[in-house]
Amino acid sequence: MTGNTMAGGAMSGTPARTSAAGRLAGLGQAELTLLIRNRTALFVALLMPLIMVLATSSSLERVDLGKAGMSIAEASLTGGIGMVLILVVHLNLVSAYVARREELVLKRLRTGEIPDHEILAGTALPSFGLALAQCTLLVVAGVAFMDLRTPERPDLLIAGVVVGMVLMAALAAVTATVTRTVESAQITTMPLFLISVAGSGLFVPLEVMPDAMASVCELLPLTGAMILVRAGWLGGAASGDVATAALTALVWTLVSVFAVQRWFRWEPRR
Amino acid sequence: MTTDQYVITVDDLRRKYAGGFEAVSGISLSVARGEIFALLGTNGAGKTSTVELLEGLAAPSAGTVRVLGHDPYRERAAVRPRIGVMLQEGGFPSDLTVAETTRMWARCTSGARPVAEALELVGLGHRAGVRVKQLSGGERRRLDLALALLGRPEVLFLDEPTTGLDAEGRHDTWDLVRSLRDTGTTVMLTTHYLEEAETLADRLAIMHRGRIVTTGTPAGVTASRPARIRFTLPDGVPAGRLPLSLQAAAQGQRISIRTHDLQSSLAELLRWAAETGVRLTGLDARSASLEEAFLEIAQAESAGV
Repeated sequence: MTGNTMAGGAMSGTPARTSAAGRLAGLGQAELTLLIRNRTALFVALLMPLIMVLATSSSLERVDLGKAGMSIAEASLTGGIGMVLILVVHLNLVSAYVARREELVLKRLRTGEIPDHEILAGTALPSFGLALAQCTLLVVAGVAFMDLRTPERPDLLIAGVVVGMVLMAALAAVTATVTRTVESAQITTMPLFLISVAGSGLFVPLEVMPDAMASVCELLPLTGAMILVRAGWLGGAASGDVATAALTALVWTLVSVFAVQRWFRWEPRR
Repeated sequence: MTTDQYVITVDDLRRKYAGGFEAVSGISLSVARGEIFALLGTNGAGKTSTVELLEGLAAPSAGTVRVLGHDPYRERAAVRPRIGVMLQEGGFPSDLTVAETTRMWARCTSGARPVAEALELVGLGHRAGVRVKQLSGGERRRLDLALALLGRPEVLFLDEPTTGLDAEGRHDTWDLVRSLRDTGTTVMLTTHYLEEAETLADRLAIMHRGRIVTTGTPAGVTASRPARIRFTLPDGVPAGRLPLSLQAAAQGQRISIRTHDLQSSLAELLRWAAETGVRLTGLDARSASLEEAFLEIAQAESAGV
């Protein structure tokens, strides 16, 4: 060991404190590096949404979308944004949270200055960035090549994507608490994936469903964000429906955040 | 000593786990500024459970902890920028390099040293570009130490810092810890290496089953223990012929004498041997070492339960 002379002592005076932005950037950068080095995760995050959009659009040819008032391209591209939310944010983050917990990274981080909520948020940053990029890509591609209109209400579209990302991250932390290993994340993420694809309008728009079923599906976690996204891009939603959707998404987010605060585990079960 | 000279104060601290097991059963201690304090104990004695409470990783079930005048759990934001922590088992993403890990940590640490300086400090400068998963166990401990030192902490918590290090690495770490102490850093250390506590610690406490059974300077703890004289009597010389004042314990012809005055007891024994013409084979006289003190305490406590 060299250079003991520069060991230096305890700090005298008050050093410049770290800022939340600096801490989040530091953690986010490290997580981005890890995501790029994890081929499986990168594959799922980059290609799966695209594959799902193509699969949706080809199977929607057999569904009568007249009642929904949208074309196949409109239904599958807006559904694609939901796919991005669930695959890039939820699926990816469950694996990341579980991997960091089992490697004792979360425990080690908690000995430092970074507060708990920033640890979870910083870990989510690369997924958020990737999801935003893919959503942007879907909108640009839809408008440029598939004759979709430019978003009617960009504010609602952005709100839908943002609230969807935050909710998916919070639900990922909840899912991680019941997930013991990175491998078992493939199973524990299935319920939300299936419920959302079938019931939140990712695959078949809610308008096509029988009324009773549609009203139950409106209460599912991702439905609120999806209604906001469709209203934002395609327009034509009543303001009451938009308010209900926003409220549903907000309630789910609050409940998830509470669950994380209450039950999230920061170290492996012994 | 005034209270602000104590950097860590602990009063009647308890920690009970969800299953009902009490790992820490009412301990009190205080550590002065610039002191190296070692917490010694067998595996499962409660050292790590105690240190985790001091680091603010968990809330105690009863009792109080103050680190730099604050509750480390409730007033985490006030304490964390001034302390450095090295856990017993460090957690680092295995696919980041040493430098990337340190850089990430530096951005989460107030007044962080430059990355290269921190790695030089622990002798990892030449490994900066290596992925964490390719490090040896000892190198991982050094990386963990580098991160604990990153913010030039006033108080340093080291949980078994030299486990997995070779002899040279261990001595390097000791030198580093001493040089930090000499520049005013307070160090709270747990170890099960008695030599480590004996050479490094200004004061120590021995824990057993969640309690502190002995505390003091290494010299003080050993001085309060009796010295020991051992020898074998020749056949035909019963132990009963030894002077009563020696309070000898016999196992057949093997004799063991415990004494708080080694010189006088030894002189008396040798005088008796010379006068009676008895030859004492395998004669061995030694002051208590920390190891003996430790083993004796552990055995006595176990037997007493």
